[in-house]
Amino acid sequence: MDPLEIARWQFGITTVYHFLMVPLTIGLGPMIALMQWRWLRTGNERFLRMTKFWGKLYLINFIAGVATGLVQEFQFGMAWSEYSKFVGNVFGAPLAMEGLLAFFFESTFLGLWIFGWDRLPKKIHLATLCIAVMGSVASAYFIIVANSWMQHPVGVRLEHGLPVMYDIWAVLTNNTALVAFSHTITASVGVAGAFLLGIAWYHLWRRRRDGIDTVDADGRVVVGEAKEIQGRDKADHSVWIWSLRVGAIVAIVGFGGVAITGDAQGKLLFQQQPLKMAAAEAACQTGTSFSVLAIGNVGAKNCSEVKSLIEIPGLLSFLAEGNFSTKVTGVNALVPEYQAKYGKTLPDNPIYGSRAGETIQYVPLMAVTYWGFRLMIGFGALAAFAAVVALWLTRKGTVPSSKWLMRLALLGILAPFAASAAGWIFTEMGRQPFVVAPNPTGVDGMYMFTAAALSPGVSAGELLFSTIALTSVYACLAVFEVRVLIRYVRGGVVSAMPELDTHDDHDESTPAPDDVLSFAY
Amino acid sequence: MAALPTIWFVAIVLLWAGYLLLEGFDLGVGMHMILLARTPDQRRVMLNSIGPVWDGNEVWLVTAVAGTFAAFPDWYASLLSTLYIPMTITLLGLIFRAVGIEYRGKGASHRWAQFWEFAIGIGSFIIAFGVGVLLTVSTTGLPLDANGDAVGGPFAWLTLPAVVGGFAVVGFALVHAATFLGLKTEGSVRTSARAFVVRFAVVALLPFLAWVVYTQVNHGNLASWALTVIAVVCGIVGWRYAARGREGRAFLGILLYLLAGLAAIFSAVYPVVLPSTLNRAWDLTITNASSAPYTLMIMSFVTAFGLPLILLYQGWSYWVFRKRISESHLPKTHVVMPASRP
Ligand code: HDD
Ligand code: HEM
Ligand code: HEM
Repeated sequence: MDPLEIARWQFGITTVYHFLMVPLTIGLGPMIALMQWRWLRTGNERFLRMTKFWGKLYLINFIAGVATGLVQEFQFGMAWSEYSKFVGNVFGAPLAMEGLLAFFFESTFLGLWIFGWDRLPKKIHLATLCIAVMGSVASAYFIIVANSWMQHPVGVRLEHGLPVMYDIWAVLTNNTALVAFSHTITASVGVAGAFLLGIAWYHLWRRRRDGIDTVDADGRVVVGEAKEIQGRDKADHSVWIWSLRVGAIVAIVGFGGVAITGDAQGKLLFQQQPLKMAAAEAACQTGTSFSVLAIGNVGAKNCSEVKSLIEIPGLLSFLAEGNFSTKVTGVNALVPEYQAKYGKTLPDNPIYGSRAGETIQYVPLMAVTYWGFRLMIGFGALAAFAAVVALWLTRKGTVPSSKWLMRLALLGILAPFAASAAGWIFTEMGRQPFVVAPNPTGVDGMYMFTAAALSPGVSAGELLFSTIALTSVYACLAVFEVRVLIRYVRGGVVSAMPELDTHDDHDESTPAPDDVLSFAY
Repeated sequence: MAALPTIWFVAIVLLWAGYLLLEGFDLGVGMHMILLARTPDQRRVMLNSIGPVWDGNEVWLVTAVAGTFAAFPDWYASLLSTLYIPMTITLLGLIFRAVGIEYRGKGASHRWAQFWEFAIGIGSFIIAFGVGVLLTVSTTGLPLDANGDAVGGPFAWLTLPAVVGGFAVVGFALVHAATFLGLKTEGSVRTSARAFVVRFAVVALLPFLAWVVYTQVNHGNLASWALTVIAVVCGIVGWRYAARGREGRAFLGILLYLLAGLAAIFSAVYPVVLPSTLNRAWDLTITNASSAPYTLMIMSFVTAFGLPLILLYQGWSYWVFRKRISESHLPKTHVVMPASRP
């Protein structure tokens, strides 16, 4: 087997997996900080319950993000040593900054938050969460700075064929990074919104189903109470309806933000990586129309097999330039340009191994870029639409009693995750065949082909071993995480606040509360 | 400017020292959960003694690795690609341990908790061993060619020094954690941890000494030999204090044993960061493996700002959670039940 193919699969699998946890961590964190802040300000028990419940789910997810993130940190050196040596001068810096200025804050202060209930003064306790959340956001920024440098290298010059950084500020304010960062953060907010919405819906539905809440003739909710079910008191209802509304609104805001930032990204992309964007459109011929549905084999590298079925005239120009008439260069015209600039075949350099002399495929897998782009937007739009509908359906204080709608709401949680994954796969695979894409306005020769990035000393067998090992461990991990999440979701607020458990009689022999830890693993 | 690579060599060694000092007891506590603990409550006490801080400690590893990438990309690339197999296994250990700590108490069954305790224990062992191998071969060498790639297949790294180095960190972590538990816990865990130090410290600390002496014999200079002697003295004094029940001083002694030992090792091998066992001309050194001065300078500013801050707030978090814990401090385990009618 080809080591390059295995290494790429491995990187793709582990990174996409890591990014299943990441957006939830980034999006949910600020929401929980907001809830705790409201609790501090109003003293309303509802907000305390929300903080504890969502905080529990946040932590269950967070740890899986940590576990899979560790793998990422080592991977560049293990599988991509040539890449690491080539870019080390500039790429390592944001990674190290991420550790020093983000991960330390994130992990230390989260530890303080988890164990600090009742031990730290309330305001300081809230501050620890805020600092941890800022750490998450900062980590996203630094890693995206690193990634965006691969998409659009700036701030470097070539010395002896190697990039040498001379302007850290240019790297940190790379326009590619700024838009990708805001796009990713808004996408994460959307992910968290759908998560709140789906789970809150389930609980409201459960309360109706168990006969606790009913509706009057107007369809307005009549909130009830069930003494025999732990935690199902009146306050419980308000926890869920608030979570649902906050979730829906946040989801809508998130997706609005994603559309705005995504549009900015698209415009940059037309300038910075025109072939990626053309491939995302399966736009073979130069033109102005945006294809909504293409038939034929969009996966073909050969454009003659693609046919656009539905087109919106002028939209492609709008995406690229903000007007309706600029002609956007198509794949067929771009490939010869790339060949003239970066060569027709891989150079005769031992670094390429048996690939030296191979023809370079400048067009990325069009099926992936075309559908990746559409799935990202499609799933996002779907979730935003669903959030609007959900707000409308729940305007009278509870959810409809339909089981199918409840299932749909839970299923809807997955849509923004899928959109995020599709976005990354599009971004990363659309960059091929480059691992460091050339910057059209940057220094000449400042690019690297993926085929040159692999570790020469690592065999296909080793790569295969680690790919299989990591993939199977990740599969188990997914089962564990989902099982624990489901347990705690089903348990409702009581799962995170044992003190609400009505079945727990307080026996006198237990030690005084100030002696017992308020939280322990 | 010329001093920058040296400064960064010291910085990387300090990051690793910070990692071994802090996460050292986390890893040891993890192993003691299946070695030393006898009852589920004892395991819980141990786990909670590191509960609030272990994740922050782990970031020292992340930062040491990322710092190496930023400051010495060739060191990062050659070391990790040559150690492909052991690093993969170490990563699996890191995954299982992290997830185990968080998920152990979140299942319904006794078996679930037992499974994760086992994962934490084995995972901690694997991590300690893997990090030990990684650091040892950085000082004793790998079969590297002129391009810094491994010659001799996936197991070319597997030599006696590498294995001894693996056990060096495992052994140190076990002793360090036992002195830590002596300081952080009360009751049965404290007693058995103290007994462990008295009985096993000498044996468990021996592999580390072997690594120190091995590098001294090959590259030692006057200063590094002096540090070696200091390390040995600290180790013995720490052990004697442990026998007399002076927990704080025992902890300090073992801690200084590690610090002086690491200083002895790395001051001896300086300026080589990764020797080639095939041809000394292919050694990676602080000059030929480092980033350009500009990058090092930027990273120096960031570190000069970040590291003191980190020490400050991590110190604060240790202060907040300074109280000893014992079985009687543990809240009752809460069984999560679905909040609905059956
Ligand atoms: C947009 C955001 C983003 C992206 C693209 C990545 N990560 Fe990540 N990472 C995070 C956002 C994040 C986070 C939100 O900060 C996490 C997720 C959950 C968590 O615990 O922290 C995290 C955790 C996390 C950790 C564990 C930190 C700890 O111990 O606290 C490491 C070492 C990495 N990541 C490293 C990487 C690397 C090397 C990546 C590049 C391939 C990467 N991450 C992609
Ligand atoms: C978390 C978000 C990310 C996702 C989901 C993601 C996804 C992917 C995918 C799917 C591939 C495989 C591409 C292919 O085989 O064609 C890939 C490759 C790669 N990505 Fe990313 N990526 C992410 C972030 C990053 C970041 C932040 C970096 C750098 C810091 C990075 C660096 C790389 C490298 C080095 C490769 C390997 C070379 C290649 O095959 O292109 N990625 N990524
Ligand atoms: C109108 C809607 C959207 C537009 C116009 C849009 C546009 C884009 C573009 C052009 C890219 C590629 C950037 C590059 O290759 O450098 C991208 C990437 C991405 N998209 Fe979107 N997007 C939209 C909706 C969404 C939604 C709904 C999500 C997720 C909830 C999402 C998540 C992502 C992610 C995670 C990436 C990869 C990271 C990045 O480069 O920012 N996008 N998007």
